[in-house]
Order: sequence, then C-alpha cells, then structure tokens
Amino acid sequence: MSPAPITSPVVDVRPGRLSADEYARRFSDANPPLTPAQAVLEAERCLYCFDAPCASACPTHIDVPSFIRRIADGNLRGSARAILEANPLGGMCARVCPTEVLCEQVCVRNTQEGKPVQIGRLQRHAVDAVMFDPAAKALFTRAEPTARRVAVVGAGPAGLACAHTLARLGHAVTMFDARPKAGGLNEYGLAAYKTPEGFAQRELAWLLAIGGIEVRNNWKLETASQLTELRRQYDAVFLGLGLAGTHPLKIAGEDLIGVQDAVDFIATLRQTADLSALPIGRRVVVIGGGMTAVDAAVQAKLLGAHVVHMAYRRGPDAMSASRDEQEWALTHGVVLHHWLAPVEILGHEGHVRAVRFADQALVNGQLQATGRELTFEADMVFKAIGQQLLSTVLAEAGMRLSSGRIATDEAGQTSLDGVWAGGDCRAGGLDLTVEAVEHGKRSAHAIHARLQPAVATKV
Amino acid sequence: MANLHTTFAGIHSPNPFWLASAPPTDKAYNVIRAFEAGWGGVVWKTLGEAGPPVVNVNGPRYGALLTPDRRLLGFNNIELITDRDLELNLREITQVKRDWPDRAMVVSLMVPCEEAAWKAILPRVEDTGADGIELNFGCPHGMSERGMGAAVGQVPEYIEMVTAWCKQYSRLPVIVKLTPNITDIRKPAQAARRGGADAVSLINTINSIMGVDPYSLTMTPATGGKGSHGGYCGPAVKPIALNMVAEIARDPETRGLPISGIGGIGNWRDALDFIALGSGTVQVCTAAMVYGFKIVQEMNDGLSNYMDQMGFKSVGEIVGRALPSVTDWRYLDLNHISKAVINQGSCIQCGRCHIACEDTSHQAIIATRDGKRHFEVMEDECVGCNLCAVVCPVPQCITLRDLQPGETDLRTGKVVSGAHADWTTHPNNPSRASA
Repeated sequence: MSPAPITSPVVDVRPGRLSADEYARRFSDANPPLTPAQAVLEAERCLYCFDAPCASACPTHIDVPSFIRRIADGNLRGSARAILEANPLGGMCARVCPTEVLCEQVCVRNTQEGKPVQIGRLQRHAVDAVMFDPAAKALFTRAEPTARRVAVVGAGPAGLACAHTLARLGHAVTMFDARPKAGGLNEYGLAAYKTPEGFAQRELAWLLAIGGIEVRNNWKLETASQLTELRRQYDAVFLGLGLAGTHPLKIAGEDLIGVQDAVDFIATLRQTADLSALPIGRRVVVIGGGMTAVDAAVQAKLLGAHVVHMAYRRGPDAMSASRDEQEWALTHGVVLHHWLAPVEILGHEGHVRAVRFADQALVNGQLQATGRELTFEADMVFKAIGQQLLSTVLAEAGMRLSSGRIATDEAGQTSLDGVWAGGDCRAGGLDLTVEAVEHGKRSAHAIHARLQPAVATKV
Repeated sequence: MANLHTTFAGIHSPNPFWLASAPPTDKAYNVIRAFEAGWGGVVWKTLGEAGPPVVNVNGPRYGALLTPDRRLLGFNNIELITDRDLELNLREITQVKRDWPDRAMVVSLMVPCEEAAWKAILPRVEDTGADGIELNFGCPHGMSERGMGAAVGQVPEYIEMVTAWCKQYSRLPVIVKLTPNITDIRKPAQAARRGGADAVSLINTINSIMGVDPYSLTMTPATGGKGSHGGYCGPAVKPIALNMVAEIARDPETRGLPISGIGGIGNWRDALDFIALGSGTVQVCTAAMVYGFKIVQEMNDGLSNYMDQMGFKSVGEIVGRALPSVTDWRYLDLNHISKAVINQGSCIQCGRCHIACEDTSHQAIIATRDGKRHFEVMEDECVGCNLCAVVCPVPQCITLRDLQPGETDLRTGKVVSGAHADWTTHPNNPSRASA
C-alpha cells in the first residue's frame, strides 16, 4: 500500500512532504463542531416555520424545526431522537450533506438575513451529544424478534439505514459487504476531513448496537447463483451495492504507473493511519468534475503536492460538484480548469510524466475540440469521471435495469420478487448519502410490510 | 442637543434619569461613579432606623429570567435595605451632595410604622442637604415580614398616616414609592396624596419566584436549599408598570401628582413610554446592574435626539402627552375596522402568521395559492386582532390597515360609517345609556 518513493529528474512521488503537525492540522475537521454556546445562539435563529421548507427539502424529512427547538430548550436527547428517527445516519449526513442545496437553501432566514440557520452543524451538535455520550441510554430499542431474516448486501449508507430500521422492527439482518470494514463510502469514499476521528466506525457501532444485525465482511456478490441463494435463504433481500466500477478514460497511457482511480486513492488515504507514509506526487492532475474529483484534488494538495490541476471537459455549471465544492477546491489551492478533455497520458520509463489536454467548446450544443492543446506535467494522475454499477450479475439474475442501474418502484422494490434496492445502485437518484439513507429506510418499511402484512408499518 | 433638565416635585436634575433605590446606590463609591457616568440623580438605598443594621443572606441575592441565549428578560432580588450603619450613610450622603450639587439626591427611608421612628430620622436626613425623601412602601421581601415596606404600602390608611408624619416633620419633598403587589394601584396613590405627598414613584418590585432547579427540584435561587420569594423587575415588568403609571396619571383624585416612573427601563424608548404616560422622571436599576452606569449615556443621547427630531424643548413638554389616548375599554370605537395586510415584498414565508391565526385565532391567513407557499390575509375572516403582526419576525411586514368611511368590511358586509359608537350605547349592552 505504501510503495517506495519514485524520484528521478522527471518524476517526483514521495511520502512525508510535511511535518507531523502539519498533517494533523490539514486533515482536521473541515467544519468544526459548534460549541454549546454557538449552538444555542444558532438554534435561536430558527423561526420554527409552519410547514417548514427545510424539512420538506430534506430527502429523509427530518423535522428540522423540532430538533432545533429542542437544542434551544436544552433537550439534546430529544433533538437527537427527532433526527435519528427520520435518518439513522443523521450524524454522517450532518457532515456530508450538501445542505446548501437542500435544507439550508430554502431556509427563510436566507431571505431575511442573507444566511440560513446552520442546520447541518446544529444536527451534528445534537447527534454527537448523544452518540458520543457513553452514559446515554439507548435512544431506540429493538422490537420483539419476528423470526424473519433479511439479507442486506452492501454496508454503505443505504444498507446501514435499511438494516438498522429492520432490526428496530425486530427482524434479523445479515449484512454482506465486499470490503474488510463496513461503512461503504462513509468509510472508504469521503474526504478524510469531512469525517475525521473515525466517525464512520463510531456511527457504525451505534447503528449496530440496536442488536439483531450480523455483519459479514469480505463477501462479494459475484455470481447470479449467490443472489438466488440469498433469496432462498432469506425472507427478503436488500441490495445497497453502490457503484463499484469506474469509467475508464479510454486514452493512451492509462496503464502507466502513477495513474489510478480517484476512488482508490481516497480509499487508500482513508485507511492509512499515518498519512506521512502516503506518497504523493509533486504535481498531480485530477480528471473529472464531481465530488470525488474534488475530494481527491483537495486531499492531494493537503498531502503536500505542490501543484494540483483539476480538469473538467465542460463548464462550471455542468460540474456535478456543487458550487460550494468547487469553491472549497479553489480555496484549498486546487487549480480548476474547465473545457479541457484529456487526450493522452505521457510516460517516462513506464511512469506518468504529463497529461495532454484538448481545449473544448460547445458548438451547437455539441462538445467539440477547438484545436488548441495544453499539457500539464504530472507525477500522479487521478481518474474521477464517474462510477458505474457492476451490473452483469444482476442482468444474469434477470433483474430489470434502467440506464445501467437497478429499476425499482418508489419503495425500492426491484423486478425480482422479494428483492429491494437503494442508494447509488438504484436508477433515477441524486447519488447523495442522504438519499441513500432514505432509500434504505423506505425499503425497510416496505419489507416489513411484506413480512408482516397484518402489522401496520410505523416507526 | 436638547435640554434634558428636569424639575420634579421641586427637585432639579440635569436629566430625568435617576438611579432607583437599590444596590447601585448603596454607598458613596457607587453613587460617585454613577454621577461621573452622567446620571441625573439617585435615590440612595433605603435607610433604616438607628441601631444594629439589617443583615443579608450570604447566598444568592439575585435571580434572572433569561432567553436561551442569555439575554435578560427579568430580574429578581432578595436583598434587604441598607446593611450599613445609619451614621456612615448619612455622612456619605452629605459629602456626595456637597460634591455634586447639581444632581438630585433623594434618600429612601423605611422605619417602623411609628410616629416616633419617623420623627427621629427625618431631621437627620434633612441635615445631609438631600433634595428629598422617598418612602419605601414597596419592598416585597424580608422587610414586609417585619411590618414595613410592602406591608405598609398595601394598607392605604398607613400610607396616608406615614406620609402625613413626614410632611409634618420634614420640609423636604416627599415621594411615596408604591408597591405593585396590590389589586388597585389607585388606592395607595390616593392615600399618598391625601397624606400630602409631593409625588409618587412606582413600581417597586413584584413578588416572584424565578424557577425550580430541574435536578434538585428546589426553587431557585436558593440559599442552603431554601429560597424565599423575591422582588421582580427588569424589562418584563415594564408593561405592568406603565399601566399603573397611567392609571394614577388619569385618575381624577391623583391627576397632576408628579410620578417618578420605574420598571424595566433599559433605554430611551422605555423612558419615553413612562414620560409620555405621565412620569416626570424615571428611575433605573436593572439596566445599570446588567450593563454598568455608562448605559445612562445611551439613554440621554437617545432621548435628546428624539426631542430634537420632534421639536420638544423640554422633557416637561412630553410628560403625559400620550395620556389622552388611554381610556376605558367601554369607550373604544366599535365601528372602527382594521384589517391585517401582509407586504409580499418583505414576507420571508416563514408561515408563523398563518399557523398562529389558524390554530389560535380566526383562520384568516391562507398558506398556499395556486399550489405554492403563499401567505395572505383573507379580509372576510380577519378581525384585525394584530396577532399575525406580533408573531411576524420581519418588522413592518404585517401592518393593520384602517378601513375608511365608505369601505365595506368584507367580514360583516357592513359599510364603515366613520361615526363613533362604543359599548356604552351598544344594543348588546344591557346597561347601555339611552341614545
């Protein structure tokens, strides 16, 4: 995992570019927690709106005015309950949600004061207060065991939300995950500074503490017969597979040493305890325009890369990284280029040394090369042009797909009886953590209704 | 800069802002600092009779009603009258008045309800050169258990009697400080006037318990596990005080009696409320205890700017100016019709007006129009109650519009006549006056 430094007059990839203190400082909390005094002041700004727009904007429909009011009232436990009842991963969502385009975008304080109530930070305040209090009594208790068994494939946000909700309802859940640790993108895919201090695993421990959930790691869905077997052994199956595949650039030089998928770079970084041992190039090029590209670019810079170019083939409005994310990249020293498409990765003795780009323009709505070209020297190149569902197995199993992802109804029911799906692998979504949680939660209720038709589904 | 000089019951002060008899006026050190900061006068903390002074508790004397972000709404205390030696107080009063001749120096007094006690102390106070005395008939805690303070203020006959003794044994103006812990504030004020009082001051503090500690389940504040009701003051009591001031100012028996207004004054606008409802001076305590003496500079500056803006040449010109607008309910014009109007340009769409009206009033504000979030008053349901304007977080976003003669009230279908009609002549009033 930690290859030796590669240094030559042409290539410079090495670990330990910074002092130990500097690593700690740079990878500390991107958005530090509110102090109790700040939280109360901020909570006081909430107007407790009628039919609050923030609650409607939340994919999990957290009752935002209630949880904020409870913070102001000094009732943090009640606040956390209001949040986690609607969103069992409310702690992670408080850290990673693009609140600027969800709850905080529609806060009426924008209109009045030009800035919303900091809903995300308040949510973190309440959840952390309960989750990190070893003396806190459990917020939720598990219903009487139902003797029903559900398989959840993928222990990411969707799977975890589904498993926790089902376990609360008394069902026995077995979670299968391909990785050595559960958590999915929370553990392997987000920038380290978004969820420092091992929060993904702390949240996981809290979720599993409900009881009734068994986790089987290093289990990969690779054949259609595995799925058939799960359907035979379990009363229901939920697939929260995420998008395990990446798109290739399909250009020359993609196999050179030093070229890798951004998701792999991020996963490695997240699993590296001592960041000073992680080699980084002096010059890094990131290709892509999404959140993964931003996370890779910013973290490369934080690791001590001197120059980080992030290149996207279209304009800023087409980027899937939000304006805030782009801003974040810019303020962290990433050089952001629009209208550049990679043409070729150039090597030196088998190692990447540069990337050649073609300048692009929209002509009659079509992206076309202008003929101008540009080359950035690079010791490392991260590819982040999107991920895809590894769907061959699903197709073999006869599952209906839509645009390469799993087709489902509103509650996540797939075309296969007894199989539900949610999160990024489900077609028609926004690829957001909070949406994955909602998928998992809704499917859990649908599964519960199916397993216990006489019992009203209500949590 | 307007001239804020005030003459009140013959007492001169460079501005109408006095410090009330309370902890801030306990001794020369504080009072000198207050005068340096710009206070127009002080009422020295209440003196008792000669002999061993009272003792205070050594636990918490103060409690507060705070917003969640710890802004102070209300304040309470269980401190007694001065716990310093009478002679020391008299010496300090003499010296401070000599050093600050232009400031009002009023001395608050509380001695047993016996003629001899008053006869003994009054000349001693007069000898200090003080400008007046204030009779503490208001203190609701501790001293009232010993038959003084509010125990006197709650019995109009005692007020009249003691006031008369003070007029008999002293040449100083006598201000009678009234307790609000009484059913009808006009009765003690009338008694004070009958006794010959030169002025009244009000309100003293209100009996109060601040709360209970949720985990020990003892009242707070508590000393050694027990507490006692204290006197409540601060911003929360201002409306109570204003009503009492106005009641005295417009009562035929007390009209014209100078009033020193007290209760929750924290800025010039609060002071203006009291002055416009009949107060010649105002007294402040809580604001000084929260912010320090410097706060008087903001009060003076604000009042002065207001007077310049309005063209008032003296504080006296403002005294009682709002009183003609205060009347009994029965004289309110029942033909007058107001309707709430929501300014869509400044509405932030929080919906508080809607839910307040929908849940607790007249169901007169819609929440959606054409499927979109939209808040608007339905005039055919609106009774002009003002609740929506009160709960709206945006200033001036919701206002009340007065219907003009000739307009139709969509709620009743009646045309506004413009003629006055009140309860005294209303057909539903069984004891109406014949037309």
